[in-house]
Amino acid sequence: MGEILSNYDVLAAFWGTIQLSILGTVGAMLLGTIVAILRLSPVRVFQWIGTWYVNTFRNTPLTLLMVFSILGLSFILGIQLNTTDVSSNVFRWAVVMLSVYHGAFICEALRSGVNTVPAGQAEAARAIGLTFGQSMQHVLLPQAFRGSVAPIGSTIIALIKNSTVAQVIGAGEAANLMSTIIENEGSRFSVFLIFAIGFVILTLPLGLLFTSMSRRLAVKR
Amino acid sequence: MKVRQLCVVLAASALTLGLAGCGDSANDSGSGSGGDASGGSTGKAVKIGIKFDQPGLGLKKGNDYAGLDVDVAKYVAKELGSGEGDITWVQAPSAQRETLISTGQVDMIFATYSITDKRKETVSFAGPYFVAGQDLLVRGDDSSITGPETLTGKKLCSVTGSTSAQKVKDKYPGVQLQEFGTYSECVAALVSKGVDALTTDNTILAGYASQDQYKGKLKVVGKTFSEERYGVGIKKGDTALCEKINTALTKMVSSGDWQKAVDANLGPAGFKVDTAVNPPKPDACS
Repeated sequence: MGEILSNYDVLAAFWGTIQLSILGTVGAMLLGTIVAILRLSPVRVFQWIGTWYVNTFRNTPLTLLMVFSILGLSFILGIQLNTTDVSSNVFRWAVVMLSVYHGAFICEALRSGVNTVPAGQAEAARAIGLTFGQSMQHVLLPQAFRGSVAPIGSTIIALIKNSTVAQVIGAGEAANLMSTIIENEGSRFSVFLIFAIGFVILTLPLGLLFTSMSRRLAVKR
Repeated sequence: MKVRQLCVVLAASALTLGLAGCGDSANDSGSGSGGDASGGSTGKAVKIGIKFDQPGLGLKKGNDYAGLDVDVAKYVAKELGSGEGDITWVQAPSAQRETLISTGQVDMIFATYSITDKRKETVSFAGPYFVAGQDLLVRGDDSSITGPETLTGKKLCSVTGSTSAQKVKDKYPGVQLQEFGTYSECVAALVSKGVDALTTDNTILAGYASQDQYKGKLKVVGKTFSEERYGVGIKKGDTALCEKINTALTKMVSSGDWQKAVDANLGPAGFKVDTAVNPPKPDACS
């Protein structure tokens, strides 16, 4: 085990995982919030677009999305996110696909959060003359985020673990190094253990944090 | 045109999923081509690990298995007293080969299994039965790539974490390396001009170039820059089995069946076997 840790840069690989996860989370939160607003908006077309997005990307196999981003979008349609460097193109596409995939879950988590806000509040907001945007910004979304900390937390933890799927397009992260080590050293239990512990370290504290946050931030009614 | 290519890619991606899903199905594989095959099911049962997704080496087509690894495995099994009907084929993905052997889920592995000192720490090898080498696969009309030195600035494809990918990273840092989960995706990328070359063992490359849909479109450069000695993976320290397999392999070479199997599986794409190192003499068992 020590031999593996000294011969391979495990920390650098996990740093790749952390970067993927942070950027993916930011992207997923942005996309998810936008899609949630679309789904909640009074305009029928926007609702359709939001519903279409969620139904398309929710649980569409991430492997397929990843491979499609490189083989289909990058190579055939020529949409390169970095034209000079292959590995950075791959990394950026991995971030995009993690965001797109988990954005659908964030959207649904937020929508469930909006549903915790009593209907009377939305009606009151309209009654005092707030527009849809204003009532979203000042009344509904702040409470929705506080009400959906727990499901958003589980989505983010899923995102961290799902970042390993990016190895199918060769993004530099933990699972990529793990397959390299297995190729060179043979599959040993210690290899599995190192990476399992790595992911426990990444996700367990986050899980505890989200649980306590969901308790502290919940709107008392 | 683009729509058609997109469809091909979608199909390829779907295939990858299927393969990924197969990873844990090592135990539920079928029992070869049934009892009516030559040899019958009279001998002792044997479980053999092969690749299921490597054209030319070990490929599952419906209930049939074809390829060089499969043919060598059948020959060795016959010499050990098991007919085709006694063979249970088990899928042996690269990352699971040591585990399959050490837990006894397979008796022998014929799966492009290169003999290395690291692997000898956990398993024993009989053979080698073939000496392959890392090579390049390029589009048929591409004459700019003649060897690894001509790759600078080109885009090269290989499988995530594979020995071939690592070697390129270390030796030729000027090359842009795109990695995928399987070689099939690399081939799709090569055909759609997303990458300029694909690198791994020349046997695997020849297998893809021989597939009907790629005939004439892809060619193997034919300048190897490494040596991969394919051995038969067996339980560590089983020298008795190792000796028997080596005897069978020697017999296969001297009877001409080895050459026939190589020609039938790797020949169609014009692949030339490196006769300086092939057919190899089996190592001493230890």
